[in-house]
Amino acid sequence: MATRQTQFLARSLLTPAVGLLFIWMIVPLALTIYFATLHYSLLDPGSESFVGLENFRYFLTDPAFLASLQNTLVLVGSVLALTILLGIPLALLMDQPVIGRNFVRLMVIAPFFVMPTVSALVWKNLLMHPVSGLFAWLASLFGLTPIDWFNDMPLFAVILIVTWQWLPFATLILLTALQSLDEEQKEAAEMDGASAVSTFIYITLPHLARPITVVILIETIFLLTVFAEIFVTTGGGPGLQTTNIAFLIYSQALIQFDVGSASAGGLVAVAIANIVAFFLVRIVGRNLEA
Amino acid sequence: MARMATTRRVAISTAAAWLFGFLIFFPILWMVLASFKTELEAFAIPPSFLFFHWTTENYATVQERSDYFHHAMNSVIIAGGSTLIALLIAIPAAWSMAFSPTKRTKDILLWMLSTKMMPPVGVLVPIYLIYKSFGLLDSRIGLVFILCLGNLPIVIWMLFTYFKEIPRDILEAARMDGATIGRELVYVLTPMAIPGLASTLLLNLILAWNEAFWTLNLSTSNAAPLTTFIASYSSPEGLFWAKLSAASTLAIAPILVLGWFSQKQLVRGLTFGAVK
Repeated sequence: MATRQTQFLARSLLTPAVGLLFIWMIVPLALTIYFATLHYSLLDPGSESFVGLENFRYFLTDPAFLASLQNTLVLVGSVLALTILLGIPLALLMDQPVIGRNFVRLMVIAPFFVMPTVSALVWKNLLMHPVSGLFAWLASLFGLTPIDWFNDMPLFAVILIVTWQWLPFATLILLTALQSLDEEQKEAAEMDGASAVSTFIYITLPHLARPITVVILIETIFLLTVFAEIFVTTGGGPGLQTTNIAFLIYSQALIQFDVGSASAGGLVAVAIANIVAFFLVRIVGRNLEA
Repeated sequence: MARMATTRRVAISTAAAWLFGFLIFFPILWMVLASFKTELEAFAIPPSFLFFHWTTENYATVQERSDYFHHAMNSVIIAGGSTLIALLIAIPAAWSMAFSPTKRTKDILLWMLSTKMMPPVGVLVPIYLIYKSFGLLDSRIGLVFILCLGNLPIVIWMLFTYFKEIPRDILEAARMDGATIGRELVYVLTPMAIPGLASTLLLNLILAWNEAFWTLNLSTSNAAPLTTFIASYSSPEGLFWAKLSAASTLAIAPILVLGWFSQKQLVRGLTFGAVK
């Protein structure tokens, strides 16, 4: 009797959270699917009509879609590669005996807490401005021509900003993992005469495989929807050069007011995210003892 | 000999770590410095690093011209409100899953995690239209609601992993002594759960404070939190670097301090317990 009561209580405590999340997931998604089958423009209200898969055909064959898909992949791929390739040596360095390590940690983690609109604007103006930015001044010190970041290599400029924001995350997770590495194992390897390089390759790197996977998956989920950094720096331009899928859908919905096509695009974005989510959920589920 | 080598190693790794740490932190430092310059000096080439005329006039101007405190208050209400409501919903749920798990608990947890994977842009259109028809655009309550739902999975997950660590023997001992579920919750569980609750609260505040998809799309002026307010400096004519820097410094300072306190929990919270 008591257990049954407990079970009933447990279920009723769980219900609000499950119910809310269920509504949050199902209602907007169902509406998105419904809108995606309509010809529906906010500029022309009352003219909604069923068009079947027409919006998908329009969205997927739009040259802007291919361009933005490519930009999304380049952005996600580059930031992932940069944060991990820089994060591993940085984490290894911070795992060494360093005087004042806690303070260094504070400096390294700081960019992660800066809101995206601030980091984007500070980088765009104070650092990357082609005339008065700090980078331009540094370039001129070395006799180089300053780079006009947002005209000459806009996507790379966005990549740099986003990398700066996510490097702390990758470093912190890798460092946490390194600190849980069994010191004795490393010492034993060193006693057996293993060089620092082979200790790294055969002991440290395998130990980092899982945290690296986790970093890749979690960053991918957030990087697929990078928005604010593009919104305040380039507005997707010049042309379509910095338009990613998230920004393309935003501009179709809230600039061109094409609800049908934006909804179709939204579903495409959900599908892409689901592929990543599938793997992340499996990895997290594997070491979850519920 | 060995000791010499160690000292040298410490010196080298210390120097390198401080150098890279400083480089990563530099953009923030540069922004804070610019906030104390005059507009002319902030723009000047060659830049001055420390020897400029220090002034706090930018901070005064930011408040005067753009009602900074109004937006700061919006940030506090939106981030704080959404976090508190999320905790109220999540605590019972996480408690129930941690202490009375069923066969389906794992599936429910993973399903909750998967709702966090849904890209916000995928549901931008319906949310925007629903908000429009209910008059929720540019309202604080609308933003509180959406950020609460968006972060709910993370809150439940973090609390679940913390509650899991509370030894069950203690609960059983309390039950043997005849404690009711209510008393058990108040006198046994709550004190043990407070550290976990505090770090969940902190991390979620940070995430909500910095959220810049829904806030940019669903607020314009009245309900605009600091993320949206700062974005208004992106207009081409807004080349007021010193004022941008002052507003930005004010916007990130509180959260930077909170973040530094919660950095250990950050790993755990953002990896859903996959890395501890």
